[in-house]
Amino acid sequence: MKTKTNTLSEEKGKAVIVIGDGAAIPLKRDAGLFTAWRIAFVGACLILAGLIIFKPDPYLQIFKFLPDGIFVTFQVTIGSIALAIVIGLVAGLGRMSKIRIINLIASTYIEIIRGIPLLVQLFYLYYALGRFLLVPDILAAIIAMSVCYGAYMAEVIRAGIESIDWGQTEAAQSLGFNRTQTMFYVILPQAWRTILPPVGNEFIALLKDTSLVSILAVSDLLRRGREFASESFLYFETYTMIAIIYLIITLILSKLVAQMEERLGRYEQR
Amino acid sequence: MSKDKKPIIHISNVSKHFGDFKALEDVSLEVETGEKVVVIGPSGSGKSTLLRTINKLETISKGSIVVNGFDLNAPSVDINKVRQDVGMVFQSFNLFRHKTALENLTLAPIKLRNTSKEDAARQGLALLAKVGIEGKADQYPVQLSGGQQQRVAIARALAMNPKIMLFDEPTSALDPEMIGEVLDVMVKLAKEGMTMVVVTHEMGFAREVADWIVFMDEGRILEIGTPTHFFENPEHPRLKKFLAQIL
Repeated sequence: MKTKTNTLSEEKGKAVIVIGDGAAIPLKRDAGLFTAWRIAFVGACLILAGLIIFKPDPYLQIFKFLPDGIFVTFQVTIGSIALAIVIGLVAGLGRMSKIRIINLIASTYIEIIRGIPLLVQLFYLYYALGRFLLVPDILAAIIAMSVCYGAYMAEVIRAGIESIDWGQTEAAQSLGFNRTQTMFYVILPQAWRTILPPVGNEFIALLKDTSLVSILAVSDLLRRGREFASESFLYFETYTMIAIIYLIITLILSKLVAQMEERLGRYEQR
Repeated sequence: MSKDKKPIIHISNVSKHFGDFKALEDVSLEVETGEKVVVIGPSGSGKSTLLRTINKLETISKGSIVVNGFDLNAPSVDINKVRQDVGMVFQSFNLFRHKTALENLTLAPIKLRNTSKEDAARQGLALLAKVGIEGKADQYPVQLSGGQQQRVAIARALAMNPKIMLFDEPTSALDPEMIGEVLDVMVKLAKEGMTMVVVTHEMGFAREVADWIVFMDEGRILEIGTPTHFFENPEHPRLKKFLAQIL
């Protein structure tokens, strides 16, 4: 089962999870993509700097207006990914549970979530949470995002766990580890390596999807841009900046994920 | 298998069925402390299944198994506790891939026996020395040869100070030149008095080490005897045929 993927995770006989959204994660081994990453990153930084330095009016003004939004975008992204991993772990383990009712609940959650568009879920959960539980805006957005992404994460985590050889479980159990200990000491630390590339992709996809929360009353990067544009009528200039900033953040993140992956990969390499 | 001592493994009238297929059929076997029992038989004869029932990696359909005084089918018995005293070595090693050789040895004592990290490491290094690979303590499994991995696996099982060691075809996945190094470790262990149940095709090992050899076919034990009896006066026609094929 040797599969060439955009992350070049190629090992014989090991499952490779490929989820094709989010920026490609560049590894040093993958020279072509690595170069593409550099071109995109350096290019985006140069354009950003160039616009700010040589055309400070309006680009510097736009740039100054946005940091609050970047901060909110990060808040929502990091909060959502953390919560989504927890939800994904619970739902993923639930999907593998031998207890029927738990399995059914987890599977149903995943089916429902995957069948509703993210934007619809966002509206629905956001207004439901706000109306019935009086949850603050950003928290409501985080919960809505992570409930959605948790379902995708669950499938990734389940696939990662199932990719680990059953012999590992038997070895742990024959030493006297119970099911939970086996999962946390033996299976998950190994599954994490298989899970990380797709989780990284989800992370990046999630960062981009947080732009959807701008439609709610959450002042993320995109919404700050829209606010600026609607006052100044500089739509083109503003969205140019927004696009470049999203690109730079995404590229940095994909780099970080790639580095983490290489570090985790160390024990697999001769 | 004399009746005057109390057996540490007591398998009585055990059957295991997968649908219509009878993996084990009315199997009884007693192993006393310090005895070495080697189980042989053609593939599919149920010998691995029998071995795996002893630490309940396989459940049984009928009969009873008492290990170290614990009835494995009793609801009150904590199987995880029982397993802590029963070491198991697999055909495919099954070392924890994310841990170094030494960490493979120390994980269970640290987590399950509350051994301190220092003590576990000291004992672990001593065990690695015993199996002849103290220099590989910091290597990951992928960096080791098959023979080295299997020796680490034996050391990992020993790290819990088990009363019984189970070996499930420990040399079957090894290149021929590595079989000897693993068998040497097993012979050494046998001479130290460990209670061992070994499923293997290595007849030389069986002849040298076994107190009793058990021959299985089609889920049944067809013959039990000393090595001398086994290789010089086999009785059952199936055993004669089997020995003729492999010797």
